[in-house]
Amino acid sequence: MLIKSLIAVFLAAILTENYVLSKFLGICPFLGVSKKLNTAVGMSVAVTFVMVLATAVTFPIYMYILVPSGMEYLQTVLFILIIAGLVQLVEIVLKKYIPALYKSLGIYLPLITTNCAVLGVTMLVLQKVGPDYTYIHALVNAFGAGIGFLVAMVMFAGVRGRLENADIPKSLKGLPITLVAASLTSLSFLGFAGFVEKLIPLS
Amino acid sequence: MNGILFAVALVAGIGLLIGLILSIASILMAVPKDEKAEKILEALPGANCGACGFSGCSGYADALAKGKAEVGLCAPGGLACVTEISAILGVETGSIEKKVAAVHCMGSLDNTSYLAEYNGIKSCAAALRIGGGLTACSYGCMGLGDCEAVCPYDAIHVCNGVAVVDNDKCKACAMCVKECPRHIISIVPYKNSAVVRCSNKDKGAVTRKVCSAGCIGCKKCEKNCPVNAIKVTDFCASIDPSLCTGCGVCADNCPQHCISYLSPY
Repeated sequence: MLIKSLIAVFLAAILTENYVLSKFLGICPFLGVSKKLNTAVGMSVAVTFVMVLATAVTFPIYMYILVPSGMEYLQTVLFILIIAGLVQLVEIVLKKYIPALYKSLGIYLPLITTNCAVLGVTMLVLQKVGPDYTYIHALVNAFGAGIGFLVAMVMFAGVRGRLENADIPKSLKGLPITLVAASLTSLSFLGFAGFVEKLIPLS
Repeated sequence: MNGILFAVALVAGIGLLIGLILSIASILMAVPKDEKAEKILEALPGANCGACGFSGCSGYADALAKGKAEVGLCAPGGLACVTEISAILGVETGSIEKKVAAVHCMGSLDNTSYLAEYNGIKSCAAALRIGGGLTACSYGCMGLGDCEAVCPYDAIHVCNGVAVVDNDKCKACAMCVKECPRHIISIVPYKNSAVVRCSNKDKGAVTRKVCSAGCIGCKKCEKNCPVNAIKVTDFCASIDPSLCTGCGVCADNCPQHCISYLSPY
């Protein structure tokens, strides 16, 4: 049952609750870094990494410090602080021990510090917490959200590659047509609504 | 009152804790910065073109500082850049061999023709998707100017249906080499170098039908070359620039006149 619910959470995070295309979080990197496939993948891997790490730290802090002391309203401030610190720490560690990974993620890591998708993943998951939704679910959700980000980025990089060779009216060139394409890509993800519930009935 | 005190203490405490951890981490895991590499990076043009064969300017600067690369590899930087880097590294100023991009096609409108009139997007990459391009020769320059658009130095232009490089302006950054969808541009040494101005790999008779200046693979150049720098593979001659002495025998003997010299010999 646990594994079944974990798979449901994972699939939902990728498809029905895609943080970029359904919840519209992290639009800035989605539009900014999706020009080329390799940068899109690099950014997504970095985001996935930070999402899981951030959830791993913020979830216990919320559960065992903020809730008992009735300080839930501090979550936004604290989570940003923690995520920023965490990203810095990861950057230092990577620079020292895995310079190859640091070089490939290097530019993206600082960008992620205040990425609202990361903050969104850590905060929105708290609304679901209950007897059926535990720490492991939150971690799987964070990982799924990262993979969902990757899927969105890779898909959109492909769409933008096609746009390069398309005959676009002058007034729509550049960002306008990118926004139109983004909205259509997002619309296509509406097709997944109810998909996971039907696929894996939980009760 | 207690609530607000606790909140302030909590946020400040966690902030302090993170700051402490970060500062300890940055001291413990400090990576010594290579001063030489940073100075070299400043001396490099910063175009990140990759013409040197490293991943951008910082990659080349690192390799130079560690002595793993030669000084004269930066083509866009030119002689000024070489002198500066040599001063930083404390080595003798080497000479830099000028390289330029060469278009391996002479398919101008006089020599070849288009299959159809094309009114689409002015881009070779786009035109190539329609039935594999619109030139009669399926290897030749389509003349829609993708190389012209990407060139940062205004050194390559489409003249009479074929791309032509301005050797004075060209800095051999290889942007056009990467952009050309038909892969008919390469970087060659400027001095003492003959260039085959054709990329057609069809048999001679087929080539003749589509272009009056195409390499027909007759091997005359291969036989006549005194230094064996020319090889004909797939009915198209290619010249090894490291062997070529620029004697001019091949250009004089080519029946199709599709071998030419970049600099006078």
